[in-house]
Amino acid sequence: MADTIAPNPNALDPNASSARLAAGPRGKKPRPVLAPRNIMLYGALIFAAIYYLLPLYVMVVTSLKGMPEIRLGNIFSPPVEITFEPWVKAWSTACTGLNCDGLSRGFWNSVRITIPSTVVSIAIASVNGYALANWRFKGADLFFTILIVGAFIPYQVMIYPIVIVLRELGLYGSLTGLIIVHTIFGMPILTLLFRNYFTSLPEELFKAARVDGAGFWMIYFKIMLPMALPIFVVAMILQITGIWNDFLFGVVFTRPEYYPMTVQLNNIVNSVQGVKEYNVNMAATILTGAVPLFVYFVSGRLFVRGIAAGAVKG
Amino acid sequence: MKLRILAAVLAAGVSFSFGPASAAELEVTHWWTSGGEAAAVAELAKAFDATGNKWIDGAIAGSGGTARPIMVSRITGGDPMGATQFNHGRQAEELAQSGLMRDLTDVATRENWKDIIKPSSLLDSCTIDGKIYCAPVNIHSWQWLWLSNAAFKTAGVDVPKNWDEFVAAAPALEKAGIIPLAVGGQPWQSAGAFDVLMVAIAGKDVFNKVFGDKDEAVAAGPEIAKVFGAADDARKMAKGSNVQDWNQATNLVITGKAGGQIMGDWAQGEFQLAGQTAGTDYTCLPGLGVNEIISTGGDAFYFPLLKDEEKSKAQEVLASTLINPTTQVAFNLKKGSLPVRGDVDLAAANDCMKKGLDILAKGNVIQGTDQLLSADSQKQKEDLFSEFFASAMTPEEAQKRFADIIASAD
Amino acid sequence: MTGQANAGRPNQLLRNLNSKIASIPMILTAVVIFLGGTLWTVFYSFTNSKLLPRLNFVGLDQYERLWDAPRWVISIQNLAVYGFFSLIFSLVIGFVLAAMMDQKIRFENAFRTIFLYPFALSFIVTGLVWQWILNPEFGVQSVVRSLGWTSFSFDPLYTPSIVIYGILIAALWQGTGLVMCLMLAGLRGIDEDIWKAARVDGIPMWRTYVQIIIPMMRPVFITTLVIIASGIVRVYDLVVAQTSGGPGIASEVPAKYVYDYMFQAQNLGQGFAASTMMLITVAIIIVPWAYLEFGGRKRG
Repeated sequence: MADTIAPNPNALDPNASSARLAAGPRGKKPRPVLAPRNIMLYGALIFAAIYYLLPLYVMVVTSLKGMPEIRLGNIFSPPVEITFEPWVKAWSTACTGLNCDGLSRGFWNSVRITIPSTVVSIAIASVNGYALANWRFKGADLFFTILIVGAFIPYQVMIYPIVIVLRELGLYGSLTGLIIVHTIFGMPILTLLFRNYFTSLPEELFKAARVDGAGFWMIYFKIMLPMALPIFVVAMILQITGIWNDFLFGVVFTRPEYYPMTVQLNNIVNSVQGVKEYNVNMAATILTGAVPLFVYFVSGRLFVRGIAAGAVKG
Repeated sequence: MKLRILAAVLAAGVSFSFGPASAAELEVTHWWTSGGEAAAVAELAKAFDATGNKWIDGAIAGSGGTARPIMVSRITGGDPMGATQFNHGRQAEELAQSGLMRDLTDVATRENWKDIIKPSSLLDSCTIDGKIYCAPVNIHSWQWLWLSNAAFKTAGVDVPKNWDEFVAAAPALEKAGIIPLAVGGQPWQSAGAFDVLMVAIAGKDVFNKVFGDKDEAVAAGPEIAKVFGAADDARKMAKGSNVQDWNQATNLVITGKAGGQIMGDWAQGEFQLAGQTAGTDYTCLPGLGVNEIISTGGDAFYFPLLKDEEKSKAQEVLASTLINPTTQVAFNLKKGSLPVRGDVDLAAANDCMKKGLDILAKGNVIQGTDQLLSADSQKQKEDLFSEFFASAMTPEEAQKRFADIIASAD
Repeated sequence: MTGQANAGRPNQLLRNLNSKIASIPMILTAVVIFLGGTLWTVFYSFTNSKLLPRLNFVGLDQYERLWDAPRWVISIQNLAVYGFFSLIFSLVIGFVLAAMMDQKIRFENAFRTIFLYPFALSFIVTGLVWQWILNPEFGVQSVVRSLGWTSFSFDPLYTPSIVIYGILIAALWQGTGLVMCLMLAGLRGIDEDIWKAARVDGIPMWRTYVQIIIPMMRPVFITTLVIIASGIVRVYDLVVAQTSGGPGIASEVPAKYVYDYMFQAQNLGQGFAASTMMLITVAIIIVPWAYLEFGGRKRG
């Protein structure tokens, strides 16, 4: 799709693609706001938006109600009396077994897991993608195909082999082990993204650098990396979301002192004491989802732009 | 390297100078996370901490199904915890056989577990190839029918005294808008309810023949056909109880929305938590009021083999703490279960627990299905009964499949 | 290949060497974990391993038992239904939303954020929330009834015949936003001139989409397909959180069968046999396509 094929690297500035994006959507000329077509268009969009927003609304509203009100009222009605108690309880006092410190316990663990796992998995996948796009060696495609097929293997199936591998490496139960696991399972999709992105960059750029005598790492760091910013944002968003939300690996491959927040979420939601405390569950749910949600709200625009900039090109 | 040896020598010296009561931190994993359960675990932790060691709690919520894979992975992955809960029975059999678990025979002989622990089948379940691998902590029995007195009052009928009366009262309950029988959606609940019906309707011998001897002919025979008939009744009575968790189903009984529930004695903790009294607010019928027999499943602690000597010592301390009479009383009162030794006094027990203790004293006990069947056969049974309770499968068809499972059971 | 490199071009050897060194993590992952783990799984599916893997071969016993198990058959049927509708609806809804977003609308950022945010939430959360909204006693059904329409019935999660659609509703809520983003990105990558040309020729808009734009977006559809399809095969958390496979076994899925039998039933052999069947199915569909798509072509 690259419409500019010029040896001059400046013309290939990644902003070129965003500039095209900024040129905006296609379609027919703008019409008066109240044209029937617009009414239908916005009607459909608003209807869809309601479907997407409804669960969030229910979560927020419920988390602000007291239990008696939840039992009596319907789930869509706004709280009569707003209470923040469920939030406090979810964050700091909800119990799991003997530990009554809510989600707060797992928050920093999640941070400690997510940051290195995201960085390592993206670093490795980007180099992989680059090697696949620009430095193909015989057999590379075969490995890549295996990798893509690997994306379809249910995680549960791989638990046992990975336990064995980590045990043999002496990494079972350590943070390093968990980072490796996240890197492994993030690799198929990330490598696909990076490979597609680097493939979509004009080949002339790469060739020119080769003529100048630049090697593998030189080209990667000096040329490819700076141009790959949009796709790094996409990869980062995908990984932060995936790793932050992970429960299975966090609990199977680490020891309790590293348990991520999702483990506490599971504990709070599944430790039913008498009746289900829906308000606390919902508050805990929102709190756990807060970090990835924040990342989306802040960088959603970059996300689409990043995908447009190459992730979807074959 | 030298430094490390020096440190080890020093550490050994220190531990020697403090004698056997050297302090160690022991991580204990379990899946007791509901209100009453957590309170009961706290008793164990308190007792263990009092020995100078430290209990590091590793609770994993979501019942054994979620927790067990994690525990097993940790043990096989070479990062074992200090001790872990399993149900008595065959869940840890292979771990012990492959030498990953610690042999407790020394402690058990020293403290004479063979004579203390009643019924002896509990210790048998801990014994693999002649060695003892676990410390049982409680007895849970399945064979209880919990009835809401308020629900029957609303419906204008007397509180039933046995299963048949309960079935007869079902139409009146339904007319009053009450679900006769609460059954949660978790598969183990419907499978467990069937086992309870089997003991009540077909009796102890048939139960033992089917699950103990895996007698396929009995499983396909007329006695079990009657049990499937009763299960069919139960299925009809359970229409409309749209809940998942067992304690949500119990809650339907507590609030009078359902007439009754077939559930183990752990349900009692929920009634207690809701401030209800046995006899006035709710009624309990052991053996469904038909055959007063209870099963003796329950929980036990297993101890992975550790390299650290101090921790190994602490494991012994923990094992003997768990069996200790004081701990047994404190723990079981909170848990709502029965103690594993007959020589302790449970004066504080409520009416239902006392009924259970009586039956236990009389020796009207059977082994739990967890002890008799492998986890694999249990799971197949769960699949069958959760399908049976949620679909229109005929009792005959279900019995045929049941007999197949028994035929291939191990 | 090294032979070829040695034949006069030592530079190439060096170049490939670097590339190979850089690809070691990928090669290890592909070979040791994905391929090795898979072969290991297939190998042990012919044994009667229980809690721990052991080499006690029983031939095809595990497979016979698997296909005799009603729960497995139901799981496969559910996956087929779920997969079919999930694929169709994700693509259609994602594309339609993207096409609407591409009409120079106002508040594009707001709409995009709204459609995309569910993707930031885990399946566990998704399952919980929808379990609640679809609960007949206080969810949508009771709310509609309380508005006066007392015969209104919408109870997918407790009706065995339609429970899988209840799960589908939640899955689409969580996943279509991402599909929309991918599609939108694809649409933005289409040259303006193509639209102009189509307009000049008087081709109606829907035909421009179907006949010109969609074929041009093939790469987008492929990336999207990989993402959707791998999610479908692996569906597990959502079912566990929303229905736990119920009512009865009406919403069981293969990944859950694998997990339950490996760990709850402590029958690794059975679990491995089930996962081997899943892998075979995936392999039959994916491998030839993946190799054609990613292997056969030269750098574009």
